[in-house]
Amino acid sequence: MDQLGISLLNIPNNKKARIVSVDGGTGFLRKLQVMGIRKDQEIKIVSKQPFRGPLTIEVSGSQLTLGRGMAKKIMVEVI
Amino acid sequence: MGNPNVGKSVVFSRLTGANVIASNYPGTTVDFSKGKMRLNTEHLEIIDAPGTYSLTPTNKAEEVALKMLNEADIVINVVNATNLERNLYLTLELLEKNIPVVIALNIWDEAHHLGIKINIKELKKILEIPVVPTVALTGEGIKELVGQIKNAKTNEKIKKTSEEGRWIEIGSIIKKVENVEHRHHSIKDIISDLTIKPITGLPIAVGIIFFSFWIVRFIGENLISYIFDPIFYNLYLPLIENLSEWIGQPGLIHTLLIGEYGKEIVFEESLGMFTTGLYVPIAMVMPYIFSFYLILSILEDTGYMPRLATLVDNIFHKLGMHGHGIVPMFLGLGCNVPGALSTRTLETRKQRFISATLLAISVPCMAQTAMVFGILGPHGLYYIGLVFLTLAILYIIMGIIMNKFIKGESPEIFLEIPPYRRPSFKTIIKKTGMRLRWFLREAIPYLFSGVVIINILYHIGFLGWLGNIFSPLMYGIFGLPGDASIAMAVGFLRKDLAVGMLIPLGMNPLQLVIAATMLTVYFPCVATFVVLLKELGIKDMIKSVIIMIGTAVIVGFTLRTILLGF
Repeated sequence: MDQLGISLLNIPNNKKARIVSVDGGTGFLRKLQVMGIRKDQEIKIVSKQPFRGPLTIEVSGSQLTLGRGMAKKIMVEVI
Repeated sequence: MGNPNVGKSVVFSRLTGANVIASNYPGTTVDFSKGKMRLNTEHLEIIDAPGTYSLTPTNKAEEVALKMLNEADIVINVVNATNLERNLYLTLELLEKNIPVVIALNIWDEAHHLGIKINIKELKKILEIPVVPTVALTGEGIKELVGQIKNAKTNEKIKKTSEEGRWIEIGSIIKKVENVEHRHHSIKDIISDLTIKPITGLPIAVGIIFFSFWIVRFIGENLISYIFDPIFYNLYLPLIENLSEWIGQPGLIHTLLIGEYGKEIVFEESLGMFTTGLYVPIAMVMPYIFSFYLILSILEDTGYMPRLATLVDNIFHKLGMHGHGIVPMFLGLGCNVPGALSTRTLETRKQRFISATLLAISVPCMAQTAMVFGILGPHGLYYIGLVFLTLAILYIIMGIIMNKFIKGESPEIFLEIPPYRRPSFKTIIKKTGMRLRWFLREAIPYLFSGVVIINILYHIGFLGWLGNIFSPLMYGIFGLPGDASIAMAVGFLRKDLAVGMLIPLGMNPLQLVIAATMLTVYFPCVATFVVLLKELGIKDMIKSVIIMIGTAVIVGFTLRTILLGF
């Protein structure tokens, strides 16, 4: 179960987590990888916009905003 | 080349001395610029390409970057030192292509402050190419970079590999060259958090936007009443009166240069090249262009724009775009041309189409806005408010409608949030100056030729005929005098001149509101039209134009019914 992790969406703000896996097609994965969203990287949610708005996360030293649909596919474990 | 927002355009400016717009948000450069640089006795051509994270493009701007790569003999790879790991991906991809590369390790100062230590010697040894630490904003390291351009090398040892392989390679490089010390939460981080968390961020955003518009108006208005109007009326008017006396007789020359002979000279209405042709761009529009770009430059350089994009993402999704759609809109408020170009950073055809069409329909450029302030200001803020409220409602309604009916996807936002930076006074002034010069270069020739064309068309009776023909239509549907159709025709050339042409028609304020709104909606000016045509293609442009004209008729008629009654 730990192997699968939980979706990034379910992590409270400001809690550090480690990326376990990212689902999706090659193009999507590449897009995330070049922004630092890769297996074993530390990740943290900075803010969530209301009404299913986007998430702002901090990963490998920089911040970025991404939609919830993308965030759902990022599986993490809390550390 | 390099990732977005690493300072490529700043490095380019430093190398070539050419002026290009740079900002603190990803996607400022959407097209390439070419500049020349002298290296000893040789002339090198330097190309500034849009940023890209990898050599697999995800939007139109990145496609441009790729095309530029194929033209290059040497690549100056600008790398963000605060984010080495991610940036190295593109570096490895470049080296795999066997192109000679030299690295400018930019934003070196910030990396230092963040406690990031990079062993440059080791990095050079591993990559076998020159690596020069730079701070492009201050010019530090640029000389060394110039000296190393000729030493750019390929690295035969780096073979084509899978994505996985590249990341493993990067991991091992980072382990050897980078050392990050723990850092404390700085004041910039606190501001960053406050401006992006919805509870504090939304009120701050509303405050910043209102304050920005207030200050743009404040500076613009005061520049006009205390500097430009006094100069034009006290110093320039006597000169023109002398010129009029010197010409001394009615005729085409007097009409073209000054206006109708024997009539009192009114700068706004006389329609001469040296009266209206100069007064409109310089005394009515330029002060607002200056104040708008001053404020926009500050917003851009601090890094606030991506945060604003995050906050408004939700709303923009309802309009078929995502939060980044606010960038074309903001730029469009200055001039629709750069606004239309910046739609390239949106990923899909649907997003670009909606964003470009909304821009043309309901985002008035500053030249037009300034004129609306000029003609409606004396009647009261209420009327100005009516125009902008109508346009804002239109932006939202048309966005929702197009989102429903335009086929295609609108993907979610995926946007880097750069750290806040204190904008430098010098850069802001330089950037504002560049945009001012650009405006004058564009505006004055158009206005001069506009004045000439209008006079000739009046002279041969074409405009009178046009006014008559459209009179029943204009009056019947929109409650406007027939001659307002002349202003509409002129609006294709330049919107500011068109708004100016409404002045002598003796309309009441509500009619002016209808006319000014319709002038924004019905069609873009020729400069914007050309860019839109190029960006959208003929088929989509025709669709877009049909939407514009249809909307203009509906809006004009609705406003007339509400404001003037039937």
